[in-house]
Amino acid sequence: MATIELKQVEKRFGEAYAVKPMDMTINNGDFVVLLGPSGCGKTTTLRMISGLESVSSGIINFNDKDVTWLHPSERDIAFVFQFFALYSHMTCRENIAFPLRASGEEGAEIDRKVKRVAEMLRIEHLLKSRPGGLSGGDQQRVALARALVRKPAAFLMDEPLGALDAEFRETMRAEIKRLHLEQNATTVYVTHDQIEAMAMGDKIVVMSAAEIQQAGTPLEVYYDPANLFVARFIGSPGMNLVEGSYSEGKIKLGDANIYCVPQDWRASLDTTIGTGEVVVGFRPEAVQFSAQGQLGSSVYANDLHGSYSMLHLELIKDNIVNARADRRDRHQMGDSIKFDIDPEQVRFFDPKTEKALQKVAL
Amino acid sequence: MIKSPSKRRQLSDRNIILLFILPTMIILVLMNIYPLFYSLYLSFTDYSVISSVAPKWVGFQNYQTILSDTRFWKHFAITGQYTIITVALQMLIGFGLALLIKEKFWGSGIITTLILVPMMLSPVVVGLFWRLMYHPSYGIVNYLIGFRNINTAPEWLGSPTLALWAIIIVDVWMWSPFVMLLSLAGLSAIPDYLYEAAAIDRAGSWFIFRRITLPQVMPLLLIAVLFRTIEALKQFDLVMGITGGGPGDATETVSVRLYREAFQGQFDTGLSSALAYIVLIVIIAISNLYIRQLNKVREG
Ligand SMILES: Nc1ncnc2c1ncn2[C@@H]1O[C@H](COP(=O)(O)OP(=O)(O)O)[C@@H](O)[C@H]1O
Ligand SMILES: [Mg+2]
Repeated sequence: MATIELKQVEKRFGEAYAVKPMDMTINNGDFVVLLGPSGCGKTTTLRMISGLESVSSGIINFNDKDVTWLHPSERDIAFVFQFFALYSHMTCRENIAFPLRASGEEGAEIDRKVKRVAEMLRIEHLLKSRPGGLSGGDQQRVALARALVRKPAAFLMDEPLGALDAEFRETMRAEIKRLHLEQNATTVYVTHDQIEAMAMGDKIVVMSAAEIQQAGTPLEVYYDPANLFVARFIGSPGMNLVEGSYSEGKIKLGDANIYCVPQDWRASLDTTIGTGEVVVGFRPEAVQFSAQGQLGSSVYANDLHGSYSMLHLELIKDNIVNARADRRDRHQMGDSIKFDIDPEQVRFFDPKTEKALQKVAL
Repeated sequence: MIKSPSKRRQLSDRNIILLFILPTMIILVLMNIYPLFYSLYLSFTDYSVISSVAPKWVGFQNYQTILSDTRFWKHFAITGQYTIITVALQMLIGFGLALLIKEKFWGSGIITTLILVPMMLSPVVVGLFWRLMYHPSYGIVNYLIGFRNINTAPEWLGSPTLALWAIIIVDVWMWSPFVMLLSLAGLSAIPDYLYEAAAIDRAGSWFIFRRITLPQVMPLLLIAVLFRTIEALKQFDLVMGITGGGPGDATETVSVRLYREAFQGQFDTGLSSALAYIVLIVIIAISNLYIRQLNKVREG
């Protein structure tokens, strides 16, 4: 069990930052997801925590003990590699037993533990084969088994489900989550898939361009994105973001629409924006259709998603917003449609700093 | 109407293929296949190339002569002893050097090149200059290993036991670099992530060497063993350059004896063909064992 703490940890390759100085605390027993687009420094961060990559500067603590310069083997961690990193010359059984053998455990004990973890991941039938001939999904399960066979202080997983097909990914997602709840081991989980992050994380750390954009619970990053990047990145589709000019409680969106800012946001917009450009943000499910709605738009396209349909509405010319609608509503392309935005769910961003505005308590 | 293609382009793909393959096939048949079968035939005859008498069919008599003669068995014993010792030493030294050279250090490039030099020399030249170096009165070998007094110094090429070792040393000196080269190829083909995974799995360095490095390079090590074994079983040029098979017949390998039978004295072509076939069969048998082992290592 471990609490992991990063203090001003950074990594440079030559002049380029792979990870800009970052602070992060991962509490004992937490399941933290590092989420971000490809190339943003997630793997590098995870490798620095594991000790596979040295830090360029900064300090890493495990349980308040400085481990910055300790070898990976002295950190008591398990690492699930993005591309499995299985020992190709060994059978799956030997692969899973490797960490136990390396620390000199007894034969009978090894057999018992390998059997248990193989049962858990349903790979008993694979134990005798070598990893080379297995499918990506099977290899990944063997890699997971090798990590889970020990009880390390922390699990570090680098896109462990990336190689699996969609159906099996959902099963494994639930499986990993359940294992985490059972063992309650600190876990840092890297993914570029925001749905996976939302489903699994106790806490999500959103990264982009080598920096942390926001750290918070799934609900926080979903409903209260700290900036435009997080607003766009989280959710599928992401938050609708419409730029307009603000003045005295009203935002002019394009030529035809005026949006009245909810009363409790006015103070905030008056102080931070005054008069000028502002970005209005709202999730597709915050759209409330009504004949008296203050915003007018025309239907651009309509996707049926099973239990609901996603309307693409042209709010301003060439600016499409998504709105979640009842499956049974019929809409023709080009139909005019009016709606309001749920005042609880509307958010505002300053286009210059890209940061979210905070509601000022009245 | 479509213009017919120029005459040169009428050569069909099939003919082009034949054009490229046929010369090689003809040379192969003339230089390899034909002599192979002709010598097989000769091995069952009584025949000498320098006599004008036609080959006379004698059945297995040549083989019988060889296999029942203790002197021939001695050549096989010498060759076997030589093969086992040289291959073992070359594997140890070559693989050891590869482990050292793999760690990049200042000057490792130039050192690698220098180590490879012996392999690139002609065996006859190597044999001749080592003969000079082994010379009891003006050779540098005894001087370097501390025997400054000519009367007590070992006589490398004069003593029946030392002479074989003298050749072994040269062969090891010459061909360990080859093993090193193959081992280096094997070592650098081991992906880094295996070592990373092993570090995560808390394996110690000896454990990593035994469980990861060694099994991963094993296929290439076995190939090195195969190549060096075949070469050692055929050893001829170094022996001729250093001892010529002497003193007496103490270092006379099978190939040297083969040469004597075929091209000295009686020019006994029939008998020497039979001997060559025995060597061939032994080599094929041993190679097969290795290759089977190799496949086992690969597939598990
Ligand atoms: N060993 C390396 N040498 C040079 N640049 C690297 C190295 N590893 C990663 N990088 C760079 O660091 C950045 C972050 O990479 P990475 O952490 O792998 O991103 P992610 O895992 O989020 O996709 C990338 O721009 C990548 O090119
Ligand atoms: Mg990555």
